[in-house]
Amino acid sequence: MSAFSAINEEREIERDEFTPGIEPQATWCPGCGDFGVLKALKQAMPEVGKNPDEVALFTGIGCSGKLNSYFNSYGFHTIHGRSLPVARAAKLANPNLEVIAAGGDGDGYGIGGNHTIHTARENHDMTYIVFNNEIFGLTKGQTSPTSPKGHKSKTQPHGSAKSPIRPLSQQLNAGATYIARTAAVNPNQAKEIIAEAIEHDGFAHIDFLTQCPTWNKDAKHYVPYTDVQQSDEFDFDVSDRAEAAEMMRKTEERLYEGEVLTGRMYIEDERPSYGEEKRQIGEMPEEPLAERYFDEDAEWERTYDNLLEHHK
Amino acid sequence: MTDNELIWRIAGGSGDGIDSTSQNFAKALMWSGLNVFTHRHYPSRIRGGHTYVEVRAKDEPVQSRGDGYNFLLALGDSFARNPQEEAYYGKEELKPLYENFDDLREGGVLLYDEGLLDEEDVDEIGLEEAAEENNWHVVPMDLRGIAKEHGREIMRNTAGIGATAAILDISTDEFEKLITQNMSGDMQEANLNVLHDAYEAASELDVDHDIEVPEGSHDEEQVILSGSNAISYGAIDEGCRFISGYPMTPWTDVFTIMSQHLPEFGGISEQVEDEIAAAALALGASHAGVKAMSGSSGGGFALMSEPLGLAEMTETPIVLVEAMRAGPSTGMPTKPEQADLEHVLYTSQGDSARVVFAPANIRECYTQTRSAFRIAYEYQIPVIVIYDQKIQGELRNLPASHFDEEPNADPGSVLTEEEIQDAAHHSSGKFQRFLHEPEDGSNVSPRSVPGQKDGRFLATGNEHNPSGHISEDPENRIAQMNRRLNKLDDIRADLDENTSHQTYHGPDEAEYGILVWGSQQGTVFEAVDRLNENGHSVKALGVSDMAPYPKEEVSEWLESVDEALVVEMNATAQFRGLTQKELGKYGDKLSSLLKYNGNPFEPAEIVDGFESSIDGEELAASNMKYLPAAGD
Repeated sequence: MSAFSAINEEREIERDEFTPGIEPQATWCPGCGDFGVLKALKQAMPEVGKNPDEVALFTGIGCSGKLNSYFNSYGFHTIHGRSLPVARAAKLANPNLEVIAAGGDGDGYGIGGNHTIHTARENHDMTYIVFNNEIFGLTKGQTSPTSPKGHKSKTQPHGSAKSPIRPLSQQLNAGATYIARTAAVNPNQAKEIIAEAIEHDGFAHIDFLTQCPTWNKDAKHYVPYTDVQQSDEFDFDVSDRAEAAEMMRKTEERLYEGEVLTGRMYIEDERPSYGEEKRQIGEMPEEPLAERYFDEDAEWERTYDNLLEHHK
Repeated sequence: MTDNELIWRIAGGSGDGIDSTSQNFAKALMWSGLNVFTHRHYPSRIRGGHTYVEVRAKDEPVQSRGDGYNFLLALGDSFARNPQEEAYYGKEELKPLYENFDDLREGGVLLYDEGLLDEEDVDEIGLEEAAEENNWHVVPMDLRGIAKEHGREIMRNTAGIGATAAILDISTDEFEKLITQNMSGDMQEANLNVLHDAYEAASELDVDHDIEVPEGSHDEEQVILSGSNAISYGAIDEGCRFISGYPMTPWTDVFTIMSQHLPEFGGISEQVEDEIAAAALALGASHAGVKAMSGSSGGGFALMSEPLGLAEMTETPIVLVEAMRAGPSTGMPTKPEQADLEHVLYTSQGDSARVVFAPANIRECYTQTRSAFRIAYEYQIPVIVIYDQKIQGELRNLPASHFDEEPNADPGSVLTEEEIQDAAHHSSGKFQRFLHEPEDGSNVSPRSVPGQKDGRFLATGNEHNPSGHISEDPENRIAQMNRRLNKLDDIRADLDENTSHQTYHGPDEAEYGILVWGSQQGTVFEAVDRLNENGHSVKALGVSDMAPYPKEEVSEWLESVDEALVVEMNATAQFRGLTQKELGKYGDKLSSLLKYNGNPFEPAEIVDGFESSIDGEELAASNMKYLPAAGD
């Protein structure tokens, strides 16, 4: 019997279950795109049939890091850039948990970039939402890794000399198996993409455009937007790496020309998740490791019987 | 120097099989009934460079390297890049010969491979003069030739063992048994032939010397292992089934042993992108209900500072090991030092709330790693096991029964789902994970684990209220800070009540004391024995609990002596500083004997250091530093 009865509980899920009984007043500014992520995430939950006690939401630091203050589930608000390594270990410890990580563009593409690349490379079965507002919000408007070239801020008074990072292309090269971009102003698409990402068996990366009305007025709330799956202009096979790469390049470049392209950018269903790979080579137990610590009948072998012979 | 002991040193290049040969030699002597202890010295490179290992063997228990050594097997460096010329670092091929001149005792035996080391070259390094002066017995043998005759050149080390056995009149039985156990087929046959041929050849030389190999016997079955083995086995026996890490010398050893064995025990090992991730993964696994660890050495541990602080703030249990090497920065990667004490005690922002244990030997590596997990999970606090390159790699025999202990996988202060139903919940529905005043009156507020029904809470590095939500309310702040820090008092009381991690040595009523922490303990204890034999009145205290500091124990001990010398392997007397800070006094009672040249103390150095300190004389040796007590 499982020690975690919330996991795979068979019942109808209401989106309101994910709203805390007493909701703390949000620290987000009026009109902030982060509200859109929260809403879409709550809406996706009944669709994927997950209840609050089987979802573990790991966040980084920044406005986005407050997400789990307003989302009623198990939460771990970690440190700047480090949500992914904490999250993926929880998934390894208990693969039955629904693990979601979230953070901003500074968090995931700047300080935590190394983890973003390696977590994608390993293809952990989890969802990663990057709140991309092209700015450092909580520290009051500095240039971020996704700010356009020439972006002026108090820390880049002459305009940034750096080209922005290409988050979608980077994730494709790193090994993510589900990559999409959506926007806070497009709640239906956002909800669908989050639900698909959660159901995807592998690392799902969502670059979520979240307008910052306070510090990044130039970004104009990411409207109008185009859903590439619904536009006649973009006819590409989302499971074809080369075509996906070309679509991502266009999507990344046009954002800085004022054209907001959104939708599924790459989906690869065949590649096994990291957990499956590790179980395959005998480096991970079949039963979730976390269960063992609550199982009174579990057998705990000791080194005296197994390893000491070699030293005699 | 003590009589009736063999200290056999094998020297060669990295890659010449020095490590494996010395391990076999030590094991064979253990089988023959002796007690053994090894000391390794090696450079930070893969092929070439002078490396040596000493095997010290005695009838009685041995807990330290000795003073110098009495038998040298110099294989020469077959991987030398500049074998013939005078290279930047000196004549490399010959280094494993002439760099060992200083410590070879008078009357010692020096066996070298003349198959590799040219006679003319050997003449140039002044071996003849040195041998005459020290009354050494020099034995040149063509070990390479013997090895090549039956197999490959790499078997020079087996030839060296055969020759050693003949010269010292040790039976080859145990060596044969090892070769038979470890090898098969042609390799086995070739090595056996090399062993026998070298034995015969050396017997014919009839080397006349005074070294007597002691004889001994064991009352019970012995095992021989390293500190890295003992730390790993302690972790596994205490239910650790998750490790994450990134390679770095000398921590790599523990990481390797755990990675090789955890899958057999149903656990998981993760090699990850950097040490920030390594510590963060261990936290994530622990948060999800698994007993987890990570670790590194100096520079890598620096990267773990922020996750370490997160563990303190979120009260997520975790065990980290820190294997010290000589710093600062990259320092001397393969040399031991004890200079990361302040680093592990204070790194990460804010007031630290952590436990730090410094085991002094292989036995303590096992027991204190087990304590580390028990404390971490019971009190929801990070525990660091700090050790050094010396303990990591040295081998020592001890009774197998030391490890005959029951496993304990108890995840500590975690509630079951049934208990969560009855536990306090906030009106928002969240489980009260961080109660100001936990129900049992302790300072530990039991946790839930993701997936448990009705156990959801927020863990955050921000200051937080009982259900985990961010709060900057001053009263809440004080309550949470106090509760987290008060756990340290509870842990101190717990440790005092259970077995003490401190080790006492020497006569109770002694006039003087030597205070030591970590890996130098055995050497200090040996020095204390000699000092008492020399007519001094000295005792020693080995301290393992760095935090929470055992104030009562150390105060009581310091009160009982007139003065105390603090022995440690660093340049700034870190442990002495910690002791004075924790006890708030004794600045005028504590002096320091420090060594930071990359080599651990020898017992005789501590004897000399102690004697010059009480005589108020200058330290004769230039490889150590003496810091007087305040006011002296």
